[in-house]
Amino acid sequence: MNKKIGYGIVLLLALAAPVLGGYPPFLSKLLCFSLFACAFNLLIGYTGLLSFGHAAFFGTAGYAAGNALKVWGLPVELGILVGVGMAALVGLVMGALAIRRQGIYFSMITLALAYILYFGALRAGELTGGEDGLQGVPRGKLLGFIDLSNDTTLYYVVLAIFVAAFALIVRTVHSPFGQVLKAIKENEPRAISLGYDVDKYKLLAFVLSAALAGLAGAVNTLVQGFETLTDVHWTMSGLVILMTLVGGMGTLAGPILGAMVIIALENKLGDLGQLLASLTHIEWFNTLGEAVNMVTGFIFVVCVLLFRRGIIGEIIARFPGNQKTA
Amino acid sequence: MKLKAIATACACCFTLGAQAQISGDTVKIGFITDMSGLYADIDGAGGAEAIKMAIADAGGNINGKKIEFISADHQNKADIAASKAREWFDQQGVDMLIGGTNSGANLAMAKVAAEKKKVFISIGAGSARLTNEECTPYTVHYAYDTIALARGTGGAIVAQGGKSWYFLTADYAFGASLEKDTADVVKAKGGKVLGSVKHPLSASDFSSFLLQAQTSGAQILGLANAGGDAINSIKAANEFGITKKMKLAGLLIFINDIHSLGLNLTNGMYLTDGWYWDMNADTRAWSKRYFEKMKKEPSMLQAADFSAVSNYLKAVKATGTDDSDKVMAYLKANKINDMFTKNGVVRPDGRMVHDMYLMEVKKQADSKYPWDYYKVVATIPGDQAYATKAETKCSLWK
Amino acid sequence: MDEIFGIPTAALMSQLLLGLVNGSFYAMLSLGLAVIFGLLNVINFSHGALYMMGAFLAWMGIEYFHLNYWIMLVLAPLVVGAFGIVIERTMLRWLYKLDHLYGLLLTFGITLMVEGVFRSFYGVSGQPFSVPEQLAGATDLGFMVMPNYRAWVVVASLAVCLSTWFVIEKTKLGSYLRAGTENPKLVEAFGVNVPLMVTMTYGFGVALAGFAGVLAAPVIQVQPLMGQNLIIVVFAVVVIGGMGSILGSILTGLGLGVIEGLTKVFYPEFSSTVVFLVMVVVLLLRPAGLFGKEK
Repeated sequence: MNKKIGYGIVLLLALAAPVLGGYPPFLSKLLCFSLFACAFNLLIGYTGLLSFGHAAFFGTAGYAAGNALKVWGLPVELGILVGVGMAALVGLVMGALAIRRQGIYFSMITLALAYILYFGALRAGELTGGEDGLQGVPRGKLLGFIDLSNDTTLYYVVLAIFVAAFALIVRTVHSPFGQVLKAIKENEPRAISLGYDVDKYKLLAFVLSAALAGLAGAVNTLVQGFETLTDVHWTMSGLVILMTLVGGMGTLAGPILGAMVIIALENKLGDLGQLLASLTHIEWFNTLGEAVNMVTGFIFVVCVLLFRRGIIGEIIARFPGNQKTA
Repeated sequence: MKLKAIATACACCFTLGAQAQISGDTVKIGFITDMSGLYADIDGAGGAEAIKMAIADAGGNINGKKIEFISADHQNKADIAASKAREWFDQQGVDMLIGGTNSGANLAMAKVAAEKKKVFISIGAGSARLTNEECTPYTVHYAYDTIALARGTGGAIVAQGGKSWYFLTADYAFGASLEKDTADVVKAKGGKVLGSVKHPLSASDFSSFLLQAQTSGAQILGLANAGGDAINSIKAANEFGITKKMKLAGLLIFINDIHSLGLNLTNGMYLTDGWYWDMNADTRAWSKRYFEKMKKEPSMLQAADFSAVSNYLKAVKATGTDDSDKVMAYLKANKINDMFTKNGVVRPDGRMVHDMYLMEVKKQADSKYPWDYYKVVATIPGDQAYATKAETKCSLWK
Repeated sequence: MDEIFGIPTAALMSQLLLGLVNGSFYAMLSLGLAVIFGLLNVINFSHGALYMMGAFLAWMGIEYFHLNYWIMLVLAPLVVGAFGIVIERTMLRWLYKLDHLYGLLLTFGITLMVEGVFRSFYGVSGQPFSVPEQLAGATDLGFMVMPNYRAWVVVASLAVCLSTWFVIEKTKLGSYLRAGTENPKLVEAFGVNVPLMVTMTYGFGVALAGFAGVLAAPVIQVQPLMGQNLIIVVFAVVVIGGMGSILGSILTGLGLGVIEGLTKVFYPEFSSTVVFLVMVVVLLLRPAGLFGKEK
């Protein structure tokens, strides 16, 4: 019951955010990355598979949707679906190859394939614009009549998509399918001995995770109006790992919180530095904005050493009684 | 209730009244560039300092309205650049945006600026798309572009006798376009391209590629790459004795790159630059001020940051407003004449056309003082270096 | 036989030789990673940053203290090793019992911090670093001109690799190390100080990275981000070779250097990705890499 109230409050806040002074494009970005992290968490937190190449799905969907919307002139809904479809396809191929191996070797295969995809994107200038990026992706009208050029309208659409996708993840986790995934994560040999076709489950989880990451990527491209190589680079894969780690792997709300923390860090550290500088009159704070990588590294270190369960994970641990996943 | 009504009324008056004045009571200049990554040295914090100098020179205010300045690090991510730009226009009342390095980020920012109808001056981007396919009424592309570099270097070197070329090209769109633009000019001026080899971006070892270049027997090795790739290519070229038989032509080299390599490795190399700190008395005077703050000599981009902001402020003062359309009209109607260039023109497509210079890197023995690196070999007039009206893909300039 | 597959023989030979030079470099770097993974079960992502640190320390020694390249070749790895020991003692040791992932993430965080600190002090353009006089110049081998320094790199790397392999596989100390990772409690019961051995091993592994950095400084731009592109390739090498195998990483490093060299001749654009293609193929055919053992 507490959880439902908690989610309800958060949803109300999200609905009211633009009115409360939140800046809609930034909020939309937060939602996209939250979805990306949730999709990633489905794989690591609930199936125990660590993918080093999730940016491949995020970025591929972004480029596919971008091309669909800009070059082929498809309507918004179809453009996003094209993006999701491409991500699922890439996920199928990558997953089929990577699932054959376990542990670190699985992760390295995902890294290698994502790396190859990055180089492909770099060289495929017509489709991706290379290092200039795919610019000028139009927003259009959703379902033919909802005008997305208004930042606030777009935010609510993104929120709706996010809530739907998140509900899907929650449903998946609590379903029999999700239970099998958890069993595989905890003790794969046993799951096999119980007769489950473990590889099929893993592949399905992989494709689902890829598709949802793709949804995040496609919507993100729609919001930004462009897509660049940053979204297929391995540092983006690292970023989503960090988001999930900071928020709490294996919790439902963790990745959302983690994504918000990290995106806020990336975009607002400079502002924070300037604020601190003006408060304390220590000039050094003004250079904080240039230290995003260093601060990110520091957070990595601190989280791994002290907050391994992530923010939400730690909260759950301290307030037992919510034995089911948050 | 009443308070809200009064507030709304005031807001209306304010916005209506502000049309013929400087909006928001300040002239706010934003600067988004790479402050911490691969391009931090050629622009970065030095660029921010240069802009502050321009603001100080204008007296810190225009017609009584304060000039404000904010800067941010886009970390070489276009989405951070674009979202910061959008946020600044929407929420911080920024009137004009200066775009630092990274073409992808600049292209994204240009779109946002055009959408919000704010002046956007791109300094550090190399991509000529800014004034072609992606041109807007509010974009000015100030310091250089890859076409000018290619034509300057290619044409001027052929004129100096460097007729046979081989290219070492970074395998992505930027490298390819640098190579193509240079090759076209070389061939047009009577030179020959004997071949090329493409290396992956950020390759760590260039020895194999350079050996292939060496066996071609060309006089000139064109480096169609930039940054760390260019530097590593140059180091390896020296190591393998290639510089003894071929002259290097750097197609996108900044003075900071020469500084980090040292003259022993780069002497004799050709490159094109849009500005050099030691060219004349004006450049030296300004550079001295810059050096006092930054302890290094400025690059073309940092000088361009200063010049662009100075001229923007001049335009605001002259027109009495920071309204983007009026300022853009002023910039396109008046020549740029300052320490950056004496005869700069902002064309209808947004391209700021000015002379470019073919430089040859000095020998260590000829360098008399720190940062004394270049010999100006030839001046390339702006209209020869940049793309012409016949070639333009900009819909605003047909 | 003037041409093979359309490439002049001389050119092919020279590319093979260059590939070997690069390969010995890869072998050297992946050796440190393999030692650390094989004996500590830690995936040391900070290898690239520590390689950079080695190069930078060499530069600093020459620039600030007027030492020379040869002294720094010994001193820089020692300093990097000491730094590694500090990291191990204060941070890594808590993670040994956990999943590989945490060691990887911790060292990744350390990488970001180290690179960030160097960048904030020195910028990204890089520092000038010339080839030491004794090794300057080149030798004409007939089919190509080989810079003396590159020949030195091969010699130094192979010497270090082979001596490391020898120590670990053939000496008593090495056998303690190997036993200590398999069954620490039992080895400790024999009176061997296992935690100390582990710490020293980590220090040695990263010292190897520092040594590689000093070797690289004259030929690769010395700048804070120089480790970034290399680390991924080195990882691939270690994985292909088999993550616990010392000999595997040496041989794979050399082999991949040659394969990369050949790719540069026939398909230069793919020379960065060929390593990953090989890795995917190898992992699909041999689960634990070429020489690894499945745990």
